[in-house]
Amino acid sequence: MNRFRRTLLIAVPYLWLLLFFLAPFIIVVKISLSDTAIAQPPYVPVFDPALGWAGLKDFLSALDLESYVWLTQDSLYINAFLESLKIALISTSLCLLVAFPLALGIARTSPKRRPVLLMMVILPFWTSFLIRVYAWIGILRSEGFLNQFLQWTGVISEPLAIINTPVAVYVGIVYSYLPFMVLPIYATLEKMDGSLLEAAIDLGCSRTSAFWRITLPLAAPGIIAGCFLVFIPAMGEFVIPDLLGGTGTLMMGKTLWSEFFSNRDWPVASAVAIVLLLFLVVPIVAFQRMLERQQEAAR
Amino acid sequence: MNQQAQVSDRQPGPAARPSGGPTKVFAPWTEADAKPLVEFVDVRKVFGDFTAVNGVSLKIYPREFFALLGPSGCGKTTLLRMLAGFETPTSGKILLDGQDISGIPANRRPINMMFQSYALFPHLSVAANIAFGLKRSALPRQEIAGRTEEMLQLVQMTQFAHRKPHQLSGGQRQRVALARALAKNPKLLLLDEPLGALDAKLREQTQFELMNIQEKLGTTFVIVTHDQEEAMTVSSRIGLMSHGSLAQVATPPQIYENPVSRFVADFIGDVNIIEGKSGGVIARDGEEFVEFHRPGDESVFVARASEPVAPQTDCCLAVRPEKIAVTREKPADAANALTGHVHDIAYVGNLSTYHVRLADGSIVKAQEANRRRIANREITWEDEVWLSWTPGAGVVLAR
Repeated sequence: MNRFRRTLLIAVPYLWLLLFFLAPFIIVVKISLSDTAIAQPPYVPVFDPALGWAGLKDFLSALDLESYVWLTQDSLYINAFLESLKIALISTSLCLLVAFPLALGIARTSPKRRPVLLMMVILPFWTSFLIRVYAWIGILRSEGFLNQFLQWTGVISEPLAIINTPVAVYVGIVYSYLPFMVLPIYATLEKMDGSLLEAAIDLGCSRTSAFWRITLPLAAPGIIAGCFLVFIPAMGEFVIPDLLGGTGTLMMGKTLWSEFFSNRDWPVASAVAIVLLLFLVVPIVAFQRMLERQQEAAR
Repeated sequence: MNQQAQVSDRQPGPAARPSGGPTKVFAPWTEADAKPLVEFVDVRKVFGDFTAVNGVSLKIYPREFFALLGPSGCGKTTLLRMLAGFETPTSGKILLDGQDISGIPANRRPINMMFQSYALFPHLSVAANIAFGLKRSALPRQEIAGRTEEMLQLVQMTQFAHRKPHQLSGGQRQRVALARALAKNPKLLLLDEPLGALDAKLREQTQFELMNIQEKLGTTFVIVTHDQEEAMTVSSRIGLMSHGSLAQVATPPQIYENPVSRFVADFIGDVNIIEGKSGGVIARDGEEFVEFHRPGDESVFVARASEPVAPQTDCCLAVRPEKIAVTREKPADAANALTGHVHDIAYVGNLSTYHVRLADGSIVKAQEANRRRIANREITWEDEVWLSWTPGAGVVLAR
């Protein structure tokens, strides 16, 4: 009875994943192996169980890797991938640079004030993501708040061209994903015993070297977790480069969108999605491994 | 068996012991020309509107094992942290080897500290923890390795050198913390409640280990503890603190036998406090004693005084329970005697504590070793008994 219950408990989430993750994934894989067609749906072959065994054979023989070959032939896709990688790496680094001092500052304030400061980090989540990104258009465009303010103070005479450049994309990604970096780093720093730093100083460290030798290594799990949490979604980000980056920035997410909706080339779009996923699976698995190791160490 | 107890407290206290005997006793605080290693000169520390340390002057000598003892919040930890360099005195001076160290930051003082939480670096192995301080100095690599090995041997942790702190037991962590703090061969080792996290049995064993290591290395130790038994066991002298000041600084037997105030008598061990008035000074067997009167009691009590007490002063008589004998009949030649009824008997195996209710309702405790089986005990509940003790057993305290 007990065993049955346990199996049932585990079976529910597994069935859920099977139904809503694995099944769509297989469909996408299948589409990526198909050929584009002016039809409804816009690809061939379409599997029809009514045709029986011979139908299945025909269906399987019609599948090929043409879309994947195409991805390597047009430099557009490789460029988009490299551009995504660059933007994701740079914005993850920027995010870390902003988030670490913030997390350290919150962890070092009195426990009474911490909830308020953490609340302020999380507060933007209470507004729609899309609205916040649109708000950045209002701030960054040539006659936006930022340029008006800078011109008013006399720092610049001509408006800065920020919107529709990679800079605007960095601003957008750093802003949107900052809490994902702050919270895991804060969690590790908050757990840190303050006497560790005193011990390091007692044993001859300066404040700076105590930071590099003790604080940073102990915050490493939080830093790594935060970097994954920012890097992985930034890699496939679509909304931010589309709204803030203009036509100049070509990222995987945008390529995917235009293949699906502008070109209506579903097989190529699916191939892009699969390739992106495969590239992200590596860091995700690494992330999982790290979490497991951490949990073992904590035991 | 009563006689045995009376003989033992007839022995003169360490203060009365003649100095410079055949084997020289370690007591630099009694020598006029001894140079202190650490000297606090009227040190005060104020946090906001709270005075944590209020005018402490204290000398600690080389090779001493000095215990700062007191209830929580008495300022003992603040005193230790000022010595380590984590706090700066609001006023006053701290001298190390005669030099004012207030300008020297914590990382450049030849003082190391063992933290209450041990503060072992969780990402470093046992060996790397011990070597941490050595690597911050300009020592050549080989010397660091040698010294680390030496320290691992000292605390018997060689086989655990590559473990991480979370893979160690509490006692092992304590030993690593000790080795790490000793690795740089400091002039002074500070120990902040070093055994607080250990269970009772392990703590007792570790106390002796600490004493052995201190003796072997000859390093001066200053330990902070709230456990009076621990302070009594390990230390050469105890500084008992209360509300930011030192209540008494003395050797363990002195502080136990000759407390200077009610607070000291009450904090160290178990004690009966009997309220009353002082009388005149009398001499008996070449020693001076003070007379003491209880209100509503015609008999005169005789006790020592650790400080001179003027006649007719409101004061109290402090007597340790183990120095009081319990008998059915009034002892003929007892210097001090009281009568009452047995209210309660606390039996703890080796000892029995008799709670005796006097006529005025107050309770006096007397402790006896259980040399006979409990079935043969003569005295039981509600028996009328006599409590007696020698003149040397009690102390009259005006403070």
